[in-house]
Amino acid sequence: MNETILSVKDLVKYFPVRGGVFTKAQWVKAVDGVNFELEKGRVLGLVGESGCGKTTLVNVLLKLEEPTSGKVFFEGTDLFNTHGQQLRRLRKNIQIVFQDPFWSLNPRWLIRNIIGEPIQVHLKPPLSQLVKMVEDLLELVGLPREAVYQYPHEFSGGQRQRIAIARALALRPKLVVLDEPTSSIDALSQAQILSLLMDLKNKMDLTYILVSHDLRVVHYMADEIAVMYLGKFVEYGDAEAIFQKPAHPYTQALFKSAPSISVESVNDLFILPGNVPSAINPPSGCRFHTRCPQVMEICSQKEPPLVKIDRDRLAACHLLN
Amino acid sequence: MTELLKIENLKVNFRTFEGVTNVLNLESLSVAKGESFGLVGESGAGKTTLAYTILKLLPIPPAFVESGVINFEGENLLKKSEGEMQKIRGKKVSMIFQDPMSTLNPVFTTGQQITRVLQHNQGLHKAQAKKRAVELMNLVKLPDPENILSKYPHELSGGQRQRIIIALAFSCGAQFLIADEPTRNLDVTIQAGVLQLIAELIRETNVTVLFIGNNLELVSLICDRVGILHRGQLVELGSIKEVAKHPAHPYTLTLLRAIPKEKREKIDLTQIALKAEERLAEKGCRYAGRCLKKEKICLEEEPALKHIGGTHYIACHL
Repeated sequence: MNETILSVKDLVKYFPVRGGVFTKAQWVKAVDGVNFELEKGRVLGLVGESGCGKTTLVNVLLKLEEPTSGKVFFEGTDLFNTHGQQLRRLRKNIQIVFQDPFWSLNPRWLIRNIIGEPIQVHLKPPLSQLVKMVEDLLELVGLPREAVYQYPHEFSGGQRQRIAIARALALRPKLVVLDEPTSSIDALSQAQILSLLMDLKNKMDLTYILVSHDLRVVHYMADEIAVMYLGKFVEYGDAEAIFQKPAHPYTQALFKSAPSISVESVNDLFILPGNVPSAINPPSGCRFHTRCPQVMEICSQKEPPLVKIDRDRLAACHLLN
Repeated sequence: MTELLKIENLKVNFRTFEGVTNVLNLESLSVAKGESFGLVGESGAGKTTLAYTILKLLPIPPAFVESGVINFEGENLLKKSEGEMQKIRGKKVSMIFQDPMSTLNPVFTTGQQITRVLQHNQGLHKAQAKKRAVELMNLVKLPDPENILSKYPHELSGGQRQRIIIALAFSCGAQFLIADEPTRNLDVTIQAGVLQLIAELIRETNVTVLFIGNNLELVSLICDRVGILHRGQLVELGSIKEVAKHPAHPYTLTLLRAIPKEKREKIDLTQIALKAEERLAEKGCRYAGRCLKKEKICLEEEPALKHIGGTHYIACHL
């Protein structure tokens, strides 16, 4: 068994919604009690519709948000109980590649500054050495060394995403969060970026958390999958097991609604009725019961716990107990 | 079968600082009445440029149409004046734009936007337009129409906005619909619903469709026939069955292979040449620079579309 790199315990993040003069302040329950452990060298895929709390969860893991309650341990150190120099050292180890490389790179900065900024902040090398480090990073992600003195607009979407990856890897992190790394680029560049990410993972001994709603991307990369719905994990476990036989009705619905070459007609696509309910007042009992095709009486009354349903995975559903 | 849209020898160029670049070079393409035609290609292939050229929405300059004919119902759209085009847009040819987040005007309610189109294009009175707007909301299966019509775009979800845009596209009884990646940026669960809606409306209204997508799988759910576009040229053309099941052009094969299917199944990157060359070669096949099977002839002569059986055509020397 490998060592645990990240451990999340009962993580909760609520955002306040100010009430009016006569109404009470309310809370958006973005992440509501999430537990998981991630081993070194593994890839965790985080799946769910927009608004289910994926991004909030990731922001808390990066310490961009303080959690309402719960704990996050990175290699045994409590992320929210570290300060000063110790925190600086810790931050080097957790990096992120954002969704849209058209927004995440400053258009007025040279590539040298974009990739070099984290290096400058943490290692403070002399300029000549900085340039060399940036050049090495560019080479690592498959871009020409000359790119150091170019601006982001000179690159295509796929190339920009490579720059974003180079920046994330600049400090030799241990854990990299990939927030929809290929959602804004086309299929050919996506294939290249995905295989680059897998190469880098092996080369640099990285652990990934992959946020995506493209199930094929998740299938390709992930070792384990967590399916999120309204701030909670509804299914969590070994990727292959979940893809072979999704257990939770929500996971099944997600899989059946994706188009693939084997689907003959649009009418074979599965449609989940309704929208994601409001996270301010989530439905009682099981949060999925308002849209679940196999809803039972108990579902609206009692919340199903996330329990082990077979050797490789956990799920939260009354049908499975 | 009568042809509703017929494009011949269309060449669209862009003037850039480095000179003139050819973005579209279509020898001939026709879409029959009642047909759903899909157009697939990577970003920068010229899919959206074609849509804009048909509607004469291209920014001129930097773009300009070098030559060609776009016949719609036997009339050349490229010869039409702006005034005449305004009578065609929306009424005869309508379009579903790519991004549901930015297509609607954020300072008007959705109801104002829909009724304005109806008043202007169909000459309805305000009350009639309102009534029709409610009907349209029912058509696109949005529950509680009055409530939705009184809302501003930012109050609606991506799926709801896209449904409103679809309602607008179908509002004036157009016979020809251009759908430019209508489900991009939507969640899979929402995407499935929007796709089914589009398919149903197409069937009911018998509208002719040009459906643009960057994903062959998605396009195959809506369309009867598909064309693969590479750097402004059609490289493969045929029915969905022919192209999806028996892809013949190396570029189509690459597009299909680039989609990850199995866990860690190695995406064979040798098949996906690293990047398209910045400039177009002076002569020869435009795909030759990235093609693995290229031979001497590919660099010298541009391949024409040739018939390889059924309704299946490819532009390749091999």
